[in-house]
Order: sequence, then structure tokens, then C-alpha cells
Amino acid sequence: MAKRIEVSGLHAYYGGVHAIEDISMTVEPRSVTAFIGPSGCGKSTFLRTLNRMHEVIPGARVQGKVMLDDEDLYASSVDPVAVRRVVGMVFQRPNPFPTMSIYDNVAAGLKLNGVRRKSRLDEIVEESLQGANLWNEVKDRLTKPGAGLSGGQQQRLCIARAIAVQPQVLLMDEPCSALDPISTLAIEDLIAKLKSQYTIVIVTHNMQQAARVSDRTAFFNIAGTGQPGRLIEIDDTSKIFTNPEQKATEDYITGRFG
Amino acid sequence: MSSETGVETAAGARHRATGRRMSTGRAGDKIFVSAARGSGILVLAIMAAIAIFLVWKAVPALQDNDANFLTSEDWNPNATPPKFGIAQLAFGTVVSSLLALIIATPVAIGIALFIAFYSPRRLASPLGYVVDLLAAVPSIVYGLWGLLLLAGNMEGVSKFLNTVLGWIPLFGGDSPGRNSIFTASVVLAIMILPIISSLSREVFVQVPRANVEAALALGATRWETIRMAVLPYGRSGMIGASMLGLGRAMGETIAVAMVLTFVPGINVHILEDGGSTFAANIAKSFGEASTTGRGALIASGLVLFVITLIVNMAARAVVARRKEFV
Repeated sequence: MAKRIEVSGLHAYYGGVHAIEDISMTVEPRSVTAFIGPSGCGKSTFLRTLNRMHEVIPGARVQGKVMLDDEDLYASSVDPVAVRRVVGMVFQRPNPFPTMSIYDNVAAGLKLNGVRRKSRLDEIVEESLQGANLWNEVKDRLTKPGAGLSGGQQQRLCIARAIAVQPQVLLMDEPCSALDPISTLAIEDLIAKLKSQYTIVIVTHNMQQAARVSDRTAFFNIAGTGQPGRLIEIDDTSKIFTNPEQKATEDYITGRFG
Repeated sequence: MSSETGVETAAGARHRATGRRMSTGRAGDKIFVSAARGSGILVLAIMAAIAIFLVWKAVPALQDNDANFLTSEDWNPNATPPKFGIAQLAFGTVVSSLLALIIATPVAIGIALFIAFYSPRRLASPLGYVVDLLAAVPSIVYGLWGLLLLAGNMEGVSKFLNTVLGWIPLFGGDSPGRNSIFTASVVLAIMILPIISSLSREVFVQVPRANVEAALALGATRWETIRMAVLPYGRSGMIGASMLGLGRAMGETIAVAMVLTFVPGINVHILEDGGSTFAANIAKSFGEASTTGRGALIASGLVLFVITLIVNMAARAVVARRKEFV
């Protein structure tokens, strides 16, 4: 189910603004890779190029190559809609569909994929909610609106919605930044559990979080305002946090800037 | 509670500290308050005066009426004894407006969706202007257009509908014509299109970006995104918009008066010539009406007022429910 991502020479633009420059990296399957770096360094932009969500912003475009195993996501024959069905995403702010029940939120992606049989839907919805450690909290109120849950529960609902379609890769854009510490812990436990099945990429501003959840860490930085973001280094998390190759990485993780 | 008091205390201290500057706006405030209150009271007073005047004029005619005002299909207030009832007018008003709504709503929502999601950005705002411009065309122009151009061309459509859908009583009858309720409905539909379209567009534009992205990230196509995130979110807004359109269609006078040919009595076959509405009937009959005739027309106008009020209040209730939800 999990696939390897291989990025080479990737640039992304917003209109005339060069947002990220020449990024190359490999993300191993069944691992957690964390992106850290100061605000505006292009971590989120880069994350969104991995499921072709970058281009939904008017004027945004991408250059370079993203391989998912042996398929180029940016090949002209590839439909971005198909890419997003195999590369799931969880956003910074929990965004369940406000007009849908808990059940319908989880089933939304399945219905897009043509799953119609009630028994099959029931099964996958339960599986996904259990996978997101939410089932016990919501099993008695599946028909209630998803927006009525707490922030942490909503975010786990969004994770359940993303994994219900069994993606190859799960992208998480600062999934805990709008949550309290208890909910954050719940999500981090969940990430550790999901790692056995999915390739996970997580953007975070919280360095302790990166240290706790990830196997590999990538540090992004910008040379100055208006400059494109770059990948400074990517390595095993333990190495990045104890003995990074680059001076800038060390300065950032020791809190000398950022 | 305690926190509010705390805030007040702090604010009070700040007011005392800047006491002199606080007083500078006082005169302006007073003038503004009394001007605003005065305008509010004036509006209510004018409304009350109009209502009292209308009722005062209508009551004598209603007392002289020899027929049931609510159920009679006759409209002979100038006869002796006067016989008039609003049944035909109510039928014509409600049917033509509802039909206009059924024709206009899908088209209007289609236009709104196109402008909000499909059209290239450069085209979107000019297109919006053009649709809004439809609302600025005077209704007499629509009436002329309906009478001179549309009515002539409606005959074929009417005959076709009569042949295909004739088994439905509304589309039945033997002689589908030009100056029918159906033709009036088409004119009305075009007239209410802009209001429904521009209100729906506003609602669609307000759909949170996060909802749209959530759908896209699940691998929804553009249409699936609209169905999943946009239409459910905008549902009550669209209902409110159509109800406001319905209110407008019910009150429309001159365009309908010009299109319809008056034939007495309710005719459920809306493809045939004839039919009338409250507003059109007032416009057509007021000139040659006697005192009782005028009173009768005013009474019918009051009924229209009540119907429109109910529709508008229902629309506002639906729109207001949206606010709680988000």
C-alpha cells in the first residue's frame, strides 16, 4: 500500500514568485518524514506539490519531477484528480465538511471512488474511524454533524476521511498546530500507528514533535525575504537533532534563529 | 459576569482619564441618533398610514360585495350589485410565479456556478455585470419584448408542450395560444433570473476555501467538489434567493399585464390564452373603475401584499437559519 516518493529538481512558483527552488529528496515507504524550517520557507508549498494541490491556486505552477514508485506525477498523461486519490492529505485546520454527518465525512472519498454498497461503506467507515483512534468516541453518534466534534476529534475525523480511501501516501500539513497538547499527543500516537501502513510526510513547526514522530527530518530555509525556499539538508532524525551537517540546521534546532 | 464588570471598570477608568476628548463627539452623536431614530419612526408611520388608508378604502367595497371575496372567480365590482372575488387572480399570480421560479432557478444557479467556478477569471466579473444588468432593464421593456417578440414565438413551444405533456392538466386544453400564463411565466423567469443568480453567486463565493480544498484533496473533480462542498453549503442561500425571486415575480405588474389577454374565470390550462394576476388586474382595471371598483382593487392589493409578505418572511427565515449553522 505504501510507495516511495522520489523528487528531483523541483521548483514551484506562485505567478511570478519563485517559492521553492531545486528540491530533490527521497521518502521511503512506511516511514515518517518531517519537514521543519522557519515560516515562509516553502515546506507547505513543497508538501502540496506532492499531491498536485499546489496547482489549484490560480497562477501556481510546478517544474521538475515527482516519482511515486515508477510513475511520474507530473507526466502530461496523469490526471491530478487521480494523483489525489492515492496521495491523501490532512490540513492545518481541521476541515470536515460542515454539512455532513461524521459517517458521511468518512464515506465522502469512498463515494467518489464508486463504493455504493451500504454494508461495505459501514465496514470501511468503522475501520477508518478505528484506524484514526476515533471510533470509541463517536460510534454512538455517527449521524451527528462532524463539525460538532472537538478540534482534536475533528482532526482525527479528517485523518479517518483521508485513510478511508487507502492512499499510498499521507501528507500532513501542520496537523497539530490548531490543537491542544492532549489532542496533539493523540494525533502523534496515531501517526506512529499509521506508519506501519503508509508513507507519511508531516510538516511541523514543533521541533520536539519532529523529533518524537519522524524517522527522517528535512530542514528547509530561505536566504532572505523574497528568496525561494531551499532544502538545506535531510537525514535521519537522530542525526539532524544531534549532529547536523549544516551550520544553519544547527542554528535552527538549537533555537539561535527561527 | 465578573469578567464583563472588569472590562467595564477598565473602560470607565480609561474614559475618566481621557474625559475631555470623550466629550468632543457628543453633539454629533446626538444628532445622528435622533436622525436615525426619526427615519426609523418615519418609515413605520408611513407604512401604518398606507395600511390604514388601504383598509379604509377597501372595507366599504367589501361590505357591498355580493360574492365571496376569497373564493369567487368573478371580477365585476362595477356591476349592481358588485360581485368580485380573488380566486382567479390568486391562481394566476401563484401559478405564473411558481412556474417562473421553476424555469429560472436551475438556469440562475447554473450561471452562478459558471461565474464562480468555471469561467476564466477575466470573464467572471464582466459576466456578473451583464447578469446584474438584466435586473436594471425596466419592466415595461420586458413587457414590450414579451408581447411583440416572445408571444409570437411561444406558439410553437406551447403547441409542443401541449402535445407532449397534454396529459398533465396544467399543459392540457385544446387551443394553446400566445398570451397565456405560460408566456407570462417565461417573461417573469427572465426578470427574476438576475436576483437569484447574483445572490447564489455571493453564497458560492463565500464557501470556505478549506471545504473546497478538502474535497479536491480527496480526489474530487470540479463537479464533484461542487456537489460535495459547494451546493450543500449554499443550499439555504439558494432557497432564500429563489424565494426573493418568487416575491418579485408575484409583485410584477406591467410586463404581465401587457402579455396576458383577459378571459374571465380560472383556466387551469395555462397554455391557453387568458388568466390574470393581482398586479396586472389592478393596472388594467383601475382606470375605468367606480368607487366600489377601486375599493375592490385595493382589497385585492392587500391580499397580494399579505402573500408577498409571507413569501419574503419565509425567505428571510431560511436565510437566517444559515447563519446559525456556520
